[in-house]
Amino acid sequence: MSEKVLMKGNEAIAEAAIMAGSRHYFGYPITPQTEIAAYMAKRMPKIGGTFLQAESEIAAINMVYGVSSAGKRVMTSSSSPGISLKGEGISYLAGTDLPAVIVNAQRGGPGLGGIQPSQSDYFQATRGGGHGDYHILVLAPSSVQEMAELTIKAFDLADQYLMPAMVLADGTTGQMMEPVSFDFQIKEPPAKPWATTGTKCARPHNIANSLYLDPEKLERINNERFKRYEVIKANEALAEEYLTEDADIVVAGFGIAARIAKNAVQEARAQGIKAGLIRPITLWPFPEKPFAEAAKHAKRFISVELSMGQMIEDVKLATECKVPVSLCYRVGGMIPSPQQVYEAIVNAAKEVK
Amino acid sequence: MHYKRITLLAGHYGSGKTNIAVNMAEELKKQRENVAIADLDIVNPYYRTLDSKERLDHAGIRLIVSRYANSNLDIPALPQSMYAVTDDKSLSCIIDVGGDDRGALALGRLAPKIREENDYDMFLVVNRFRPLTRTADEVLEVLTEIEYAGGLKFTGIINNSNLGAETTADTVLSSVDFGRQCSEKAGLPLVFTSIQASLADELSGKIPDLFPMILQKRPTE
Repeated sequence: MSEKVLMKGNEAIAEAAIMAGSRHYFGYPITPQTEIAAYMAKRMPKIGGTFLQAESEIAAINMVYGVSSAGKRVMTSSSSPGISLKGEGISYLAGTDLPAVIVNAQRGGPGLGGIQPSQSDYFQATRGGGHGDYHILVLAPSSVQEMAELTIKAFDLADQYLMPAMVLADGTTGQMMEPVSFDFQIKEPPAKPWATTGTKCARPHNIANSLYLDPEKLERINNERFKRYEVIKANEALAEEYLTEDADIVVAGFGIAARIAKNAVQEARAQGIKAGLIRPITLWPFPEKPFAEAAKHAKRFISVELSMGQMIEDVKLATECKVPVSLCYRVGGMIPSPQQVYEAIVNAAKEVK
Repeated sequence: MHYKRITLLAGHYGSGKTNIAVNMAEELKKQRENVAIADLDIVNPYYRTLDSKERLDHAGIRLIVSRYANSNLDIPALPQSMYAVTDDKSLSCIIDVGGDDRGALALGRLAPKIREENDYDMFLVVNRFRPLTRTADEVLEVLTEIEYAGGLKFTGIINNSNLGAETTADTVLSSVDFGRQCSEKAGLPLVFTSIQASLADELSGKIPDLFPMILQKRPTE
């Protein structure tokens, strides 16, 4: 086993992207994810890769489109306001069925908001983020180790399903430092016969395009794309379950919120309350099964979020509103404390007694 | 240890400069009356000396820091009180320089006066478990970049190798050779090996010049 390295979450994402074979990174600095760009700026020139600070987020995402069209692995990163700017480009990538990895280290919003952590881009990420009918894969790491693991997974899934994949982190997971092991088995990326690499007069042109003059064809392509989404929903949903088998109170949280919630669940168990935790690792596709299972015996769900309540809607959908779901939250860059979550569990437990 | 009037800590970001700065300031306060810690970081708005404000106040150590540190305003500003560092000769201070060459840029403003007075030490903080500073050669690269950006020459190396919460005595012991190599390659003395206080008993006698530290609490803890 190789030796662990002490890394910031943002650095772990950057190193993982390089390990996954990405030799192209385009970005524009924004707190709290600038370490990704800083790391790429140092590393890429040493390994024959390209680091380019674009003139804007919009430029960066369109450079991503270009490299992806040419069949190469590529990543960009930003934080909330910058991701909004990339929205158009992400929609174009989805409409062209191109793989790419986009990192969002979320900060408080709306507007310029603040530089402290947030999870309030959940809707934006899980519903696509730009215009048109489409989804992107959304992976939510809750540790620095997972920042690395899920970045590599994002590249693999994006290539497999030919669509953008987002690593949805936040200011905390990006900035905190933890030991990371980089013992990853890297899969060879699949062949990309669709890449625009020059015909050499030996094959028909490959075209990377999201414009369709024929509405019937555009409808057909949308329908085909959504059939692919069904395969993804069936095969790729991922969650961590913790003490849920017999739980009366099931707490749901992703990313940094899940770490806090886990402490609260442990405290509740110590006080004799049957609490459990479901931590969605993929946010799209949303892991509906563990929620549907837990709804068979749980009496209350609590969604813990650094937002005004966004994932709570998916919890309600996944449980078909069979069990009441309450919200435990902080916003604006504030983080719920384990005590706050614990108290929410205690209150829920009182209600069902 | 013996302190010059000004002690600067610089290095790769995340190498542990701030923790060392806070602990050094406390030690310095036991030797001198008028002690300040100056936060010269204009790059990273997180994990600042300001996180230790209560602790520094309690020790009677003056904190010179941007009013925007730890706030939502991410602007590279320094307070006018920063000039006290060079202009008030009755002050003994620890300067926490920002990470890497970019963080050291702000030092250029103070460097001419610090050079002229010539009563300073500047220590390079290294952690062999941080990426991009894993070998003595990589450390030397960072050292040169910081000296170039900041306009001051280093006078010593501090080995602060650790793995965060997973640090054990073996973690520190496995970095001794690295610390020595950095010192030799740079032609600078190894000032001390800094460790979390809980490892002091275990490592005492095994490594010369240990500097046990009480670590600052991180906002997420």
